[in-house]
Order: sequence, then C-alpha cells, then structure tokens
Amino acid sequence: MSVEPLWEVFVRSRRGLSHTHVGSLHAPDATMALRNARDVYTRRQEGVSIWVVRASDLTASSPDEKDEFFDPAGDKVYRHPTFYEVPEGVEHL
Amino acid sequence: MSDLFVYTLRLGDDALIAAQRTAEWIAAAPQLEEDVALGNIGLDQLGQARSLLQYAGSLDGRTEDELAYFRDEREFRNLQLCELPNGDFAHAMARLLYFATYQQLLYDELRSCADETLAGVAGKAVKEVAYHVDHATQWVLRLGDGTDESHRRMQAALDALWPYTAEMFESDALVQRLDVAVDPSTLQDAWTDRVLAVIDQSTCERPSSSYQHTGGREGRHTEHMGYLLAELQHIARSHPGATW
Repeated sequence: MSVEPLWEVFVRSRRGLSHTHVGSLHAPDATMALRNARDVYTRRQEGVSIWVVRASDLTASSPDEKDEFFDPAGDKVYRHPTFYEVPEGVEHL
Repeated sequence: MSDLFVYTLRLGDDALIAAQRTAEWIAAAPQLEEDVALGNIGLDQLGQARSLLQYAGSLDGRTEDELAYFRDEREFRNLQLCELPNGDFAHAMARLLYFATYQQLLYDELRSCADETLAGVAGKAVKEVAYHVDHATQWVLRLGDGTDESHRRMQAALDALWPYTAEMFESDALVQRLDVAVDPSTLQDAWTDRVLAVIDQSTCERPSSSYQHTGGREGRHTEHMGYLLAELQHIARSHPGATW
C-alpha cells in the first residue's frame, strides 16, 4: 500500500510538556494515522497524547541552506546566558 | 467439572482461539502498521485467555498450559466463529467486528458480577476490546465504502461469517444455573444494533442467513479446528515440560 500518504508522529510523554517527534508511518487518512500511531508508538506506555501531521504539510529547512541558516550562530557565544555573575545571596538559580 | 469451570473455559477458549488466528496475521497484514496493530490485538486476546484459563485451572487442579496445550478438540468450548480460517483481510475485520462487539457487551456485564476474579478480568479487558471494536469499525467502513473491489470483499466477508454469529447468543441450562454468568441471549439486541449500524454506514448490505452453525460450546467444531490445534499444541506436546 505504498500509495498511502506518509504521516509524522509526535507523542507527549506522561511527564513531558511538549509533543516530541517519534517517527513516521503510512495511513490512508488522519483517523487511521492516529490509530496506527497508537499501535506503533505508544504500545509501551510512551505517551498520553498523540499528534499526527501529514508529512507533505510540513515545511522543512533544506540541508542545502544549512550553512547560512545555522553557521552564523556558531560564534555568538554571548547569546548564551553564561557571562553573568550571580550576586551573592541569590537562591534558587 | 463445576459450572463455573466450564463457563470460565468457554470465555477463555474464545479468547485463546481468537488470539491464535489473530497471531497468524503477523507479517501477513497488508501494511507494517497493521501487523503491529493486529499483534497488539492478538496479545490482548492472549492476555485475556491466560487470565481466564489460569482461573479455570485453579478451579480444576490444572495449569493454564495443561488447558491450552493438552486438551483435544472435543474438550474446547470456543465459538466456531473464533476458529474459522483467516481468509482475506476483510474476513479478519468482519470477524473482529462481530467478536469484539460481543466481547465488549459481555465483559461490560461481567465486570459487575459477584465473582471477583471474573469481574477483575472483565474490567481490564473491556477497555482492550473497546479498541478492537474501534479498529474493526474503522476498517469495515473504509473497505465497505472504498473501491468496488474492497466493497465486494467486505460484503463477502460479512455474509460468510454471519451464519456463525447466532452461536454467540445461545443460552443454555448452565448459564441460567450459574448466577455469576451473563446469559448471552440478553446481549443479542444491543449487539445487532451496534453491528448493523456499522454495516449500514459502510454501505454494505445487511447480511442474513436462514442457517446458523452451532456446537462449539459442546465441543463440536468445524473441520478447521484440528489444524489450528495442531499448530498451537505441537511444540508443547513434542517437548512436554520444556521451558524457555
């Protein structure tokens, strides 16, 4: 059944706050995609909530654009909050 | 043999034989996702079978393995519907719709029965079979309301298995004597409503049959049962007491 569309599956774990990509599967429609995702990706109690998104509906960055997309952040170490001195006496930081 | 033993055996054998047929689909389903889905469903059924056969065995001084592997055909009390060969995928979904809907209604009643063990098994299983019903429903709708070929196959499967459905609702002296038992005849109206609603929505015709098969509860089975048991039992019988 290779004509069936591909779906990307996102699962939120019991203690997780966000849905995380776990893999993909084939299904004829969204209802079946959700059920297939339940069977394939949550059979060991991996999650409490599932999203499925048709893979063709995702807009992804291209590997060709990797350099201009991501390299410029490489030497901006000052964007990390590691240069601040923590004043004495500040708790819970 | 006590009534409770025989009654528990009926429920356990239904689940065991259904599990065996479902397991045959693994690596033969139309897509990988369905292999996993049917694997899950088969394991649910096997889990129910184990709980029920353990309980039956405890009433009769036997283990679950002795009951599963060392009884002969005439000693099995399962419905003939459960033992029929798989056929095509439409047959698998028709059988699952018929059988899981029956199990759902049965377990839903059984979980409030006075026997704690049966009520406990039913309480756990009722959620499992609700998913089985949903899975079968989704496929019956899609195959029935799909292409000409899928519609033809779905209709053929619904028709072929219909003559095996009345056996599920047969009442007998045992279920009337045993106060914890659910009289299956009380489930038939609700079952018919639910199943026909799915069939109507699937655009298939309602099946009908003037003849209905019977006999499984007394140990009379179809010609297919012996082959099923041969496959199920031969390892355990070739190597009695083996562990792995």
